[in-house]
Amino acid sequence: MKLPILTTLTAALLSTTALADEIWVTNEKDDTISVIDIETMEVVRTIETGERPRGITFSKDYSVVYICASDSDAVQVMDPETGEILYDLPSGEDPEQFVLHPDNRHLYIANEDDAITTVVDTETRTVVAQIDVGIEPEGMAVSPDGKIAITTSETTNMAHWIDTETQTLFANTLVDSRPRHAEFVKDGSELWVSAEIGGTISVFDVATQTEKAKIDFEIDNIHPDRVQPVGFEFTNGDTHAFVALGPSNHVAVVNAETYEVEEYILVGRRVWHLEFNRDRSQLFTTNGVSGDVTVVDVESRKALKSIKVGRFPWGAAFRPTE
Amino acid sequence: MRHALIAMRAIVLREALRFVHQRERFIAALVRPLVWLLVFAAGFRAALGLSISPPYQTYITYETYIVPGLCGMILLFNGMQSSLSLVYDREMGSMRLLLTAPLSRTWLLFSKLLGSTIISILQVYAFLLAAWLFDITLPPLGYLTVLPALVLGGLMLGALGLALSSFIKQLENFAGVMNFVIFPMFFLSSALYPLWKMAESSELLHDICAANPFTHVVELIRFALYVEWNGMAFFWSALATAAFMALAVWGYDPARGMMTRKG
Repeated sequence: MKLPILTTLTAALLSTTALADEIWVTNEKDDTISVIDIETMEVVRTIETGERPRGITFSKDYSVVYICASDSDAVQVMDPETGEILYDLPSGEDPEQFVLHPDNRHLYIANEDDAITTVVDTETRTVVAQIDVGIEPEGMAVSPDGKIAITTSETTNMAHWIDTETQTLFANTLVDSRPRHAEFVKDGSELWVSAEIGGTISVFDVATQTEKAKIDFEIDNIHPDRVQPVGFEFTNGDTHAFVALGPSNHVAVVNAETYEVEEYILVGRRVWHLEFNRDRSQLFTTNGVSGDVTVVDVESRKALKSIKVGRFPWGAAFRPTE
Repeated sequence: MRHALIAMRAIVLREALRFVHQRERFIAALVRPLVWLLVFAAGFRAALGLSISPPYQTYITYETYIVPGLCGMILLFNGMQSSLSLVYDREMGSMRLLLTAPLSRTWLLFSKLLGSTIISILQVYAFLLAAWLFDITLPPLGYLTVLPALVLGGLMLGALGLALSSFIKQLENFAGVMNFVIFPMFFLSSALYPLWKMAESSELLHDICAANPFTHVVELIRFALYVEWNGMAFFWSALATAAFMALAVWGYDPARGMMTRKG
């Protein structure tokens, strides 16, 4: 008699688990991924990866997840259901960040040690092109129409503009010291690039590749050297940007119209990258030094909870489970 | 019974009236924690964002941390203030009048205690409102769930004040109370720094703080403000309340207490 009840309960439990969306977080020092259940705000799975996982992104249909295993010199392709590594993609040396082209087929990978951007065809699993860029490339972005790819180089302090048809550079623009992350916004009309040491975000007009604004950050009682913008994400309608400010342990809320900072939110130590839930009502921040992920309520702009994950969480990606 | 309630009402009203008439006292009671909150805590804004301890779910600023401690501070100062007023009453002769009422002394003392607790709680809510205006917010339900914790804390610190007042002969001695009771109780507690932070600098300091009943009141308030229950803090606060009340009743007992010695 007890067995059917148990089976029903287990089935009910499993179905509940299956319904909740997830945030996948790469743990740089643990060589694992922590999977956070958004409903319960707890880590429900820990999956082993290659060495030093950093960048993470899902394919458009969420059937596979791509992971930059930097010290394994590979982009690993994982089945998110089973957590099994299906195969490695050729990626060039020390891949740190990448971006998936809107065609859901080409990955643009920054190879930090080689000063190149590698373009990989995920279907044929071959390298399509390698483009020389500045020293220590890191930030990667592709415009929504897929025509432009961006690589930012940490040491050269530039954003490199790549024509995705010819896979060649067509412009280079200077940004402040150590650019880390790039994003196209407002239907691809603007490009935002964060500069970690410079402590700024440069906003470019995409049509002319010229700088149209620069955003500065200043937090009371925190030394300006510690205010280091890294990852950033945009709310619905691209009205506001949430910017991770590294060792200042704060996330800034920037008005994307006026380019003014409206608020600073205290999160864990050395906040690095950010990811939203499905309706963008909650933001998840990876806090490297404190080894946790802080959940921020987007509307009230308040930190709700910090969830312990592995050592040095780095990247984060959303996965719907319905 | 009716007489008893009339007496209680009269004593509580007298406390309230005294409070209303001393507008400076209300302002002082509000300004004191606000200065701590806005001046002192502002300098430590990022100091506490290093570790998460219950009831907090995430990193908090120092301003957020010290709010429960400052609520406790209001209760503490008010409890002592009411003891001061009792010493004053004794000097002025109005206490003799009160104690000759044909009611149990315990009841009269409890009424006095209740009066001062109600005043304390009103001050705490005024402070929480001011903190809210400065954008230091708490879970909405927390403003309600903190009430029982404030009642217990108010009674405990009020009872301590009563017990002390039975030992103080003159108004001038109140400075001693400030030095030897209020300050050590406040600074050697979790009001300003969490216990784990104390343990980092000295185990002994941590143990003293952990034994301080004021710490337990502050922790009870802290958890209640975040709609959480802290059984340990409740147990020790309740025990301390009972002990201080017993001490106060004993202190005011004309046959055995300190009153006889004073003549």
